[in-house]
Amino acid sequence: MSTAVLAHDDEHHGHSQPTGIMRWIASTNHKDIGTMYLWFSLTMFMFAGALAMGIRAELFQPGLQFIEPLQFNRLTTLHGLIMIFGAIMPAFVGFANWQVPLMIGAPDMAFPRLNNMSFWLLIPAAILLIASIFVPGGAVGGGWTMYPPLSIQGGMSVDMSILALHIMGVSSIVGSINIITTIFNMRAPGMTLMKMPMFVWTWLITAYLLIAAMPVLAGALTMLITDRHFGTSFFNAAGGGDPVLFQHVFWFFGHPEVYIMILPAFGIISTIIPTFSRKPLFGYASMVYATAAIAILSFVVWAHHMFTTGMPVAGQLFFMYSTMLISVPTGVKVFNWVATMWRGSMTFETPMLFSIAVVFLFTLGGLSGLVLSILPVDIQLQDTYYVVAHFHYVLFSGSAMAIMGGVYYWLPKWTGHMYDEKLGKLHFWMTTIAFNITFFPMHFTGLAGMPRRIPDYALQFAEFNKISSLGAFALGLSQLLFIYVVVKCIHGGAKASASPWEGAHGLEWTVASPAPFHTFETPPIVK
Amino acid sequence: MNKRIILSLSSALMFLVSGVANAEYALNLRAPATEIAGQIYDLHMIILWVCAIIFVLVFSFMFYSIFKHRQSVGYEAAQFHENHVVEIIWTIIPAVILIAMAFPATKTIFAMKDTSAADMSVKITGMQWKWQYDYLDQGVQFISTLSTPEDQIHNKAEKGENYLLEVDNPMVVPINKKVRLLITAKDVIHAWWIPEFGVKQDAIPGFIKEAWIKVDKPGVYRGQCAELCGQAHGYMPIVVEAVDEEKYNIWVASQREAAALANAGADREWTKDELIAGGKVVYEKNCAVCHQANGAGMPPAFPAISGSKIALGAIFGPDGKYLPDSHIDRLLNGKGVMPSWKAILNDVEIASVITYTRQALGNSAVVDSIVQPAQIKAAR
Repeated sequence: MSTAVLAHDDEHHGHSQPTGIMRWIASTNHKDIGTMYLWFSLTMFMFAGALAMGIRAELFQPGLQFIEPLQFNRLTTLHGLIMIFGAIMPAFVGFANWQVPLMIGAPDMAFPRLNNMSFWLLIPAAILLIASIFVPGGAVGGGWTMYPPLSIQGGMSVDMSILALHIMGVSSIVGSINIITTIFNMRAPGMTLMKMPMFVWTWLITAYLLIAAMPVLAGALTMLITDRHFGTSFFNAAGGGDPVLFQHVFWFFGHPEVYIMILPAFGIISTIIPTFSRKPLFGYASMVYATAAIAILSFVVWAHHMFTTGMPVAGQLFFMYSTMLISVPTGVKVFNWVATMWRGSMTFETPMLFSIAVVFLFTLGGLSGLVLSILPVDIQLQDTYYVVAHFHYVLFSGSAMAIMGGVYYWLPKWTGHMYDEKLGKLHFWMTTIAFNITFFPMHFTGLAGMPRRIPDYALQFAEFNKISSLGAFALGLSQLLFIYVVVKCIHGGAKASASPWEGAHGLEWTVASPAPFHTFETPPIVK
Repeated sequence: MNKRIILSLSSALMFLVSGVANAEYALNLRAPATEIAGQIYDLHMIILWVCAIIFVLVFSFMFYSIFKHRQSVGYEAAQFHENHVVEIIWTIIPAVILIAMAFPATKTIFAMKDTSAADMSVKITGMQWKWQYDYLDQGVQFISTLSTPEDQIHNKAEKGENYLLEVDNPMVVPINKKVRLLITAKDVIHAWWIPEFGVKQDAIPGFIKEAWIKVDKPGVYRGQCAELCGQAHGYMPIVVEAVDEEKYNIWVASQREAAALANAGADREWTKDELIAGGKVVYEKNCAVCHQANGAGMPPAFPAISGSKIALGAIFGPDGKYLPDSHIDRLLNGKGVMPSWKAILNDVEIASVITYTRQALGNSAVVDSIVQPAQIKAAR
C-alpha cells in the first residue's frame, strides 16, 4: 500500500525524511503509520486464522485426532486474543490513521510522535503473546476471557499475555487520545461536528469507549497478576475474594470492547453504502445519536455475559432489560442503511457487496443476540456453539468483512491503482459463502447442546461439525486470495483518479491518488 | 449459463439433501423434561419467530431495492435523506415488541429463582474433572466421572452411543419431586448443565449457588460441564437418571449399604497386594487425569509422582502422627491445585492409593512403604 508514496518528492520545508527501514521505525506520518497498522493487522489475522484451522481440523470428526485437549484450549484462547487485540482493533486504528485526517482535512494526527509510539508498542506486545507459545507450560489455555481461578493455574505464559494486553491497552489509550484531539482541534474550517463524515463520528465515539474501557481491563489484569504472584486474594474466596468479581470487572471492559470492534465498522459501511447508492446517508443525525446511545448503553449491559453465574433476580432483570434495549438503536442503524439503498441508483462493486453482506449478516448476528438477551433462553445457550455462531456473525461478518470492504473502497486512494474487480468479487463470494457454511450450522449445534471450547464432542453433533470444518477450510483459503488482490493492487493496475468512485463525496477524494505524503497543508474550506 | 456447471451444482445439492435425510440433524433445543425447560423452549420459539419476521420484512425491502433500484436498469437516485415520521416509527415499534417479550421472560426468571419448598436437597460439587453429589437428607455421597473408555477417545475402538456423555455413577432423582440443587466447586469454575432441565448454573469455588428441578418423566438425561475448566473440560459429563419414587428409595438404600460395606473394611489389616491392586483403580479414576497414568505429571502445574519427595519420604513422625507435608497430609488436606480428598475417598481408598503410589509408578518407598486404612481412620 505504500510503494506508490515512496516515490513522492518531498517539496516541503527542507527537513529530510529518513529512508529505508528508518522511514518506518521513525515515522510520524499518519499514512505510513496507518499502513503499518494495516499490515500488522493482516499478519495477525492470518496467524490467528491459521490457529482456527487447527481448531476446525480437530473438530472435523469426534475423537482426538491431531491436537491434545490442553493444546486445543491454547488454540482457542490465542485465536480469540490475537483476533481481537491483534487483528480487528489494529485494523480499525489503521483506518483511523489513514482516513480521519484525510476526511476532516487535517495535515496529520495531532500528536505524530505519540502516533508512532502507539503503533510500535504493538510489536513487543505481539512478540510477548506469540512467544508465550514456546515457554515452559505452553501458551495460555484458560480462554481469552482469562477467568480465575483457572487462569491462576496457568504457567508463565499467563503473565506474558497479561503484560502483552497491558501494552496493547496503553497503545489503544494513547491512540484514542490522539484521535480525539485530532478530531476536536484539526477539522477544516467550516466542518462542524454535525458535518463530519459518519466514519469520523463512529471513531470519535469509539475512542471515548477505549479510554473508558481499557483502564478497567488493566485493573482486572493487574488484580489477576497480584493474585498470581503477590499473595492477594481479589478472586480467591478462601482469602475473602470472589472469582465472579473478575468477571464483573472484565466484562465492564468487555462489553464496550464489543462495540469498540463494531462501531468503526458501522462507520465504514455508512460511508460505502451512500457512495454506491448515489444517495446521501439516510438519517445522518439519528445515526449519530444511535451510535452515541449504543456507546452509553454498552456500559450498563456487561453482566449479560454472566447470566449463569447466579446473580440475584434484580440483577438479572436489570441486565436483561438493558440488553434488550440496546437493540433499539442498533435497529435504527440497520433501517437507516436499508433506507439509504431505497430508491438509490445502486452498483455493486466489491466494497458495496461487502457492505450489503455486513448489513444482512450483522443483522442476523444482532437478532441471535436478541435471542440471547432473553435470560431464560440464554441459560440454555450460554457457553454453547450458539454463542460462537452469534459472535462470529457480529465479529467476522460484521467487523472483519466491513474492514475488507473498507480496504477495497480506499485501496485506490492508498495505492493509486484500482484493484482487480473480478478477483475482488470472487474473494467476496468465496468469503461470504464459506463463512455461512462455517458458522450457520453452529446455531444448530448450540441449540442441540454442544458446549464451546471442547476438543471432542458427542456423536449427535458430528454432521454439523463436519460441515463447519469444511466451510472453515474454504474460508481460510479464500483469505489468501485477499492478500493476492491487495498485493497485486499495490504493484500495479489501472491508474486510479483522484475520485475513482462515481458517487463518493468527502475531502479524501479531493486529493490525488495515491494520496501525497503530505496532504492539506493548507486547510480546505468546507461549506 | 454453462450446462455442466448447473448439472454439477444440482448433483452437489442432491448429495447435500440426501445427506440431511440420512443423518440426524438436531435443529432445535432438546425436548424439555421440566416445566421451566418447557417455558424456555416456548420463549425461544416466540423470540425466534419475532426475529424471523423482522428479518424477512427488513430484507425484503433491501432486496427489492437491490433488484429494482440499480443503475444497470437505469434507475435514477432520489436524493431524500431524512423522514422524521418513519424514523420515530421504527424506533418505537421495536421498543414495543421488546416490552411485550420482557413480560413472559420476567415471569420465567422469577420461577427459575424460586427454590423454596423443596422436597429434597442435593449438593453438587464440580472439581477438575468430575462431579461430586451429596444427598444432604439421605446421607448418600458419591463421585461421578466419565466412563467412556480411552480407546474410544483415541479412535482405537468404535464409539458407543453415548460417547462422552456417560458416567460411572449417575445422579438419581425421583420424578415429580422438587429437588433443590446447591452447586459449588472445589478448584476452578465449572457449570452444571442438563439441557432438558433448563438448568445451567456456574459452580463457583467458595460460593454455593442454588437451582432447582422437578422432572416430569422418567428417563436418563445427559449434559456437560459448560464452563471452561482446564484440559479435561470436554470430559466431565453430567448424567441424571429420573426414576419413580419406589426405585429411588431402593437406590438410596443400596447406596447406603455400599458405603457401610466400604467403611467396614477400614478396621481389618490389608495385605500389600490388596492395597496396590485397589490403589491402582483409585489412582486411574481420580489422579491420573492430572498426574498422568504413568505418574509423570504435567509440570509445572501438576507435579510428577514418580520420584516425588512426598511419595518417597516419611509419613509418620516419632509420635505416630503424620508429618506436615507428608503423603497423608497432602491427600487429606490438599495444597494449592491439589484438592483435599478427605471427603471424597474413604479410608480404604486413601490407604490403597497412597500405598500404590509409593510402590508403583517407578517408586519404591523404603520408609512407611505400606499405609493401612486404620491409620487413615486415625489420622482423620
